[in-house]
Amino acid sequence: MIGALLSYGAFFMTTALIYAIVCLGLNVQWGQTGLFNVGVAGFVAIGAYVSALLTTPAAPGRFAGFDLPIAIGWLGGAVIAGLLSFLLGALTIRLRADYLAIATFGAAVVIHLCMLNLQSLTGGPFGIGFIPRPFASYAGEPLEFGFLNLALLAGVVLMLYLSLERLLRSPWGRVLRAIREDEAAALALGKNSIRFRLQAFAVGGAIMGLAGAAQAHFIGFIAPDNYQPTLTFQVWAMLIVGGSGNNRGAVLGAIVVWAVWAISGGAIAAIFPAGEQARAASLQIVLIGLALCAILLWRPRGILGEVKIVSRHLAGLSAQRAQPSFAVKDERLDGEKT
Amino acid sequence: MSEQAQAASKTGEAPLIEARGLVREFGGLRAVDGVSIALEHGEMVGLIGPNGAGKTTLFNLLAGSLRPSSGRIRICGVDVSTAGPDSRLRLGVGRTFQIPRPFAAMTVLENVLTGRQNQTGERIAMNFLQPGRVAAEERRAVDKARALLDFVTLSRLENEPARVLSGGQRKLLELARILMADPQAILLDEPAAGVNPALLELIIDRLRMLNGDGKTILLIEHNMDMVGRLCGRVVAMASGRLLAEGAPAAVAANPDVVAAYLGEAA
Repeated sequence: MIGALLSYGAFFMTTALIYAIVCLGLNVQWGQTGLFNVGVAGFVAIGAYVSALLTTPAAPGRFAGFDLPIAIGWLGGAVIAGLLSFLLGALTIRLRADYLAIATFGAAVVIHLCMLNLQSLTGGPFGIGFIPRPFASYAGEPLEFGFLNLALLAGVVLMLYLSLERLLRSPWGRVLRAIREDEAAALALGKNSIRFRLQAFAVGGAIMGLAGAAQAHFIGFIAPDNYQPTLTFQVWAMLIVGGSGNNRGAVLGAIVVWAVWAISGGAIAAIFPAGEQARAASLQIVLIGLALCAILLWRPRGILGEVKIVSRHLAGLSAQRAQPSFAVKDERLDGEKT
Repeated sequence: MSEQAQAASKTGEAPLIEARGLVREFGGLRAVDGVSIALEHGEMVGLIGPNGAGKTTLFNLLAGSLRPSSGRIRICGVDVSTAGPDSRLRLGVGRTFQIPRPFAAMTVLENVLTGRQNQTGERIAMNFLQPGRVAAEERRAVDKARALLDFVTLSRLENEPARVLSGGQRKLLELARILMADPQAILLDEPAAGVNPALLELIIDRLRMLNGDGKTILLIEHNMDMVGRLCGRVVAMASGRLLAEGAPAAVAANPDVVAAYLGEAA
């Protein structure tokens, strides 16, 4: 019993951490730069399919299947998803917020249709199966297998988190936030905003691709229906609940929202009769929507929110503040306009 | 600043900013209608004119926020007619906005730091490959940003988000932010509008200090008293054209200029 619980716990956390990776990617695009990407599912799908094609053995009737190591698959998934984000960004990044949203949504639909119809590459509606799983030799012992996978994912999330924190708190991250706050002002300060927006879009896309690859190998099977707009909605809910602009918030939001999702799924299975369960499953989405509304009303910056002083180089320096050389006479020099 | 611009500024021949025959049309309206203007190194010039004269449009053309419909703009002899604001700042021309545009969610200090040019840490890979160099540059940038915040008397607010600043403080923040980029010339769009008298004196004093340090300044301003105290030369605009140019008192007394201001009411 305890073994089953533990192995479910490992499964739950591994899945949540995969969402956390997608969420970290969206945080680079939206949280930091203000890029409104509603095609998240498409970029996750690209990573999943590329990694699956690279690592599965050759199969009759299907192009590709290169039988490469899993690490190469993950890397390839991230690189190709980043590259495609870059190309899509090169075409669309000049669009303002809502128009960029429409373009990315369109891209995700195109990607979904390609997965469905490019049968000889993607396996069509049935997808790709027998994707090699990490630590497959432990597959007979569910507990070890679950915890090894969890450890692997936790390691990936930790590495990613540390790298993104370094970037978020660097001068690069500062320029992204400046662009998010006021692009015209950033441009007037010499920042080539197109270049920075494109970089943020590509980095975010690559991270989403990595998450897609990780998920494909964790489940061992992928199909186009895994990458519907529902996935995009879930990831957005996670980032907003956790705290847009905060990497810790992104990870926390992924875990919290995934918990709401998994618990409500279990409750629906227990409460509703078998015949009604397919319809009752929609309640999960309703619940996430309600949670999102509640957060937006009561805690609009999310559970954690963006920190006040972001630059890492400033943290240690605030203490050594020198006295101002120009004395300030009045508490408020300008009281007219506030 | 590019080598090309440096070479040009050393010879001292080309004006810092030179515009010839600038035209900008918005639909049927010619907001700027054939303006030629030159700004020499080290000058402080006032640009005056009634509302709707085309002053801010001219500014946007000079700063690169708008493309001219026709005409040419040179910075230190380099043609920048179609270049964006970021490349003009690299050549040494920066601007502030009539309505300040602070990065609201960022602290006052971070706002100023953003003005720094050519930061190694603005390249993704360098934050991992040369973290020491990035940190050292950042320390120098912080020192400079703090000196500038002292200069504009915002030091006490350095860790506050810029959204808490008052209108006048935002104008000072904009000034510090663009100074962080070390421009040779600054285009200031109404730095004293809506500012109380005490702060106005501070702004006048700081602009005089900057000009004394060799900064070239072009100033849009309605406050003729301020223009008279600061600027050696004034350019008056109305209906998109240049009306008069010369010493402040002479321009203020020019019948065409008086008519342009009163013409609105008459």
